[in-house]
Amino acid sequence: MFTASDYKKGQPRWCPGCGDHFFLANFHKALAEIGTAPENIAVISGIGCSSRLPHYMATYGMNTIHGRAAAIATGCKVTNPRLDVWQVSGDGDGLAIGGNHFIHANRRNIDLNMILLNNRIYGLTKGQYSPTSPRGFVSKSSPYGTVEDPFRPAELCFGARGHFFARAVATDAPGTIEVLKAAHAHKGASVTEILQNCVIFNNGTHESVYTPAGRKKNAIYVRHGERLVFGENNEFGLVQQGFGLKVVEIGKDGYTLDDILVHDAHCEDNTLQLKLALMGDGDGFPIALGVIRDVPAPTYDEAVEAQIAEVSAQKKYHNFAELLETNDIWEVK
Amino acid sequence: MAEQLEIKELEQVVVRFSGDSGDGMQLAGNIFSTVSATVGNSISTFPDYPADIRAPQGSLTGVSGFQVHIGASKVYTPGDLCDVLVAMNAAAFKTQLRYAKPDATIIIDTDSFQQKDLEKAEFKTDDYIAEMGVDPDRVIACPLTTMVKDALADTGMDVKSVLKCRNMFALGLVCWLFSRDLDVAFNFLREKFAKKPAVAEANIKVIQAGYDYGHNTHSSAMNVYRIDSREKQPGRYMDITGNKATAYGFIAAAEKAGLQLYLGSYPITPATDVLHELSKHKSLGVKTVQCEDEISGAASAVGASFAGALAVTSTSGPGICLKSEAMNLAVIMELPLVVLDVQRGGPATGLPTKSEQTDLLQVLFGRNGESPMPVLAALSPTDCFQAAYDAAKMALEHMTPVVLLTDAFIANGSGAFKLPDLDKMPAICPPYVPEELRGSWTPYMRAENGTRYWAVPGREGFTHILGGLEKDNKTGAISTNPENHDLMTRLRAEKVARIPVPDLEVEGDVDDADLLIVGFGSTYGHLHAAMDELRAAGHKVALAQFRYLNPLPANTAEVLKRYPRVVVAEQNMGQLAAYLRMKVDNFVPAQFNQVKGQPFVVSELTNYLLTQLK
Repeated sequence: MFTASDYKKGQPRWCPGCGDHFFLANFHKALAEIGTAPENIAVISGIGCSSRLPHYMATYGMNTIHGRAAAIATGCKVTNPRLDVWQVSGDGDGLAIGGNHFIHANRRNIDLNMILLNNRIYGLTKGQYSPTSPRGFVSKSSPYGTVEDPFRPAELCFGARGHFFARAVATDAPGTIEVLKAAHAHKGASVTEILQNCVIFNNGTHESVYTPAGRKKNAIYVRHGERLVFGENNEFGLVQQGFGLKVVEIGKDGYTLDDILVHDAHCEDNTLQLKLALMGDGDGFPIALGVIRDVPAPTYDEAVEAQIAEVSAQKKYHNFAELLETNDIWEVK
Repeated sequence: MAEQLEIKELEQVVVRFSGDSGDGMQLAGNIFSTVSATVGNSISTFPDYPADIRAPQGSLTGVSGFQVHIGASKVYTPGDLCDVLVAMNAAAFKTQLRYAKPDATIIIDTDSFQQKDLEKAEFKTDDYIAEMGVDPDRVIACPLTTMVKDALADTGMDVKSVLKCRNMFALGLVCWLFSRDLDVAFNFLREKFAKKPAVAEANIKVIQAGYDYGHNTHSSAMNVYRIDSREKQPGRYMDITGNKATAYGFIAAAEKAGLQLYLGSYPITPATDVLHELSKHKSLGVKTVQCEDEISGAASAVGASFAGALAVTSTSGPGICLKSEAMNLAVIMELPLVVLDVQRGGPATGLPTKSEQTDLLQVLFGRNGESPMPVLAALSPTDCFQAAYDAAKMALEHMTPVVLLTDAFIANGSGAFKLPDLDKMPAICPPYVPEELRGSWTPYMRAENGTRYWAVPGREGFTHILGGLEKDNKTGAISTNPENHDLMTRLRAEKVARIPVPDLEVEGDVDDADLLIVGFGSTYGHLHAAMDELRAAGHKVALAQFRYLNPLPANTAEVLKRYPRVVVAEQNMGQLAAYLRMKVDNFVPAQFNQVKGQPFVVSELTNYLLTQLK
């Protein structure tokens, strides 16, 4: 049995109040609950504030180069599928410079636990807009506001045929631990988006859900098999209307609890899951937290091992000397 | 019966098979070289592919060639110009004649010189032989296609399958010309088509028909030849290309080291065959990941290395540009990694299918920061095996990325490869953290030779974090301390500088040469052939060919200063010369530089070297 302190090392250097502190503490706790021995874990990050995280882990790990964490984690996992590989990136590391690796790790479905710490800003380079900053966002590199639309991480994940997407708020310990455990339990690439605040350059970016009170009002916790209800007293719910979703008040306009949608994270068709994931951008919908999509699929690393076993059984050569003999050979006497 | 032809003894001969990409010229060439190697001739081959994948049939851009050089004594190159040119169609005749000696024998299929063929090949007259200025007496003009059809008339094969055997008729004719034993060719085909015996027998029938045609008609009034084998090296051999030999070297090294082999790669000419080859060998546990880009190829290999594999990434020059950052990550994390650069013509996309040595300075210096990295260059197609093995051994034992330079010329060329005995190859012993350091070990502790120890994930008690940020020499924590960075920079440089490499070998007139030829890597064969020619003409010449570029052999300066004149010959604008001038005080060589995308031509080399001998 392990405790959170078995995974903990060093003194984090993030700014006081940074969302990374909250996530790190919850990550340690989640690992203790999962119970994999520290030597069987590799935590791999790229570059950025949040990518400092491996330095505070008592596991194996690497704080690598900008954007390449998913690619590096891929080689690590394919080489040793018995390792639990966690890949930690910020929104710049994961979706801008590392966007290509992000989508291909999802497409290949390598069994990586990919954590996306989304504060919608470049912190380490001191305040430029990121690929998740909203249109019109004013920053040092966009003094008159950005003129481009952001990525929505879930949309990118689903577009890359991702099979797992979850979301939590950094300050929400139970919510974070729950999704991290689910991400670990999922075989294949999992994307967990952590909404976190940058107190220096983008303070308040996730304000509406950053406190328990805010989440009560502005978030919906989704759980597979449970009705999609939210509100102080679970008085609201989601129903399907036409091609979209609609918020209704239970007991009003003829809506009863039975009319409320039941969340299906295991549904292969991601249409409604995507709708849940995209809610809450000032559109009158709550922000969905929890495991939004969790669908089993063959993983790359297991398929590689299976192919090796299958081909090994068929082929007659299993070492270098035998390989040589498969060629056209002649003898000079 | 025709009178008996005189059999002439030849020292060496170059045969070039040419035709449409789909004409099977490579197979014909391979069989001819194997048949020759079997009797103990020395062989060297080189394919010349068109850049277009499937150019229109019969067009000038769709011609592919395959050149075979066989010799009684050692041959070092595929040969400058050929003694026999096989041209399967009008376009091949037109484009390949420039590779033939003035008195070369030319074999053509007259059935492929019809009006439409001549138009496609842009001939202006019907008398294509005269139009090309060729002496008709040197041409064996036979209705090859017709004869193949006749030979296979009673097999019931469809026309398409019959036409696929045309290459074998040409092969049979060449075998007759050089008095080759057909049994070896027959056995080769029976093995190659073991699952399709009908195809094997059809091909055999056509080879025999070609041979008989030569024998019965004596074709033109020419001699037949024999190439003896004077320097037989007994043993078991196979024909191997440089790329395949490289892949085999990695497989051998991984097995010797007891490690999994991982290749992260993105397809790129002319390196892709290494990916193809390694991806076949799942039964050896080889893992290949065809990555989303070159960056990921290198980055995933770094991850594989961290997890304990012999990690390799393969590419060509443009890929090195993209991999540089991940290569540097392996430098600062001090993890083993082999980076294979099969060089091609540059810059940018350049000449993808052609050969150059223009990446030397890029791999030595083309990264940010102080980034010491060992560099090796293979000397020949077969040396690619040993060079890949050596590069892997160096990477694993010294915990460093290592660049292995080959190029399109040796990657696609082939030679007779004596089967190696893995048991007799040197052991590969990575510096795993000794158990007695448990509890006191930190990630940047070093063994006596300056190498960082390796702790592989999964091992209890040795968890640690590596990274691209500078680390404290003692604790392994992130450090921006100025003295520490200076120290770490020096430690990394020293570690690489202390890697032992063999002395630079001098061949030829070692003691009294008037001229030393200096080159690196794949030009070895051409430079050696040039030296041999000059020495045969009575000149005192020596050759020093670099295989290790970083660190340089300890005797480098001594060798370079031993001779009155030095010529550095390389397929770039002087990169090795510049590097040696930087490393050796007061070294001012003459330079021979060519960047044509083609191998050196021995006669051009000797002409230049003669000017330096005056």
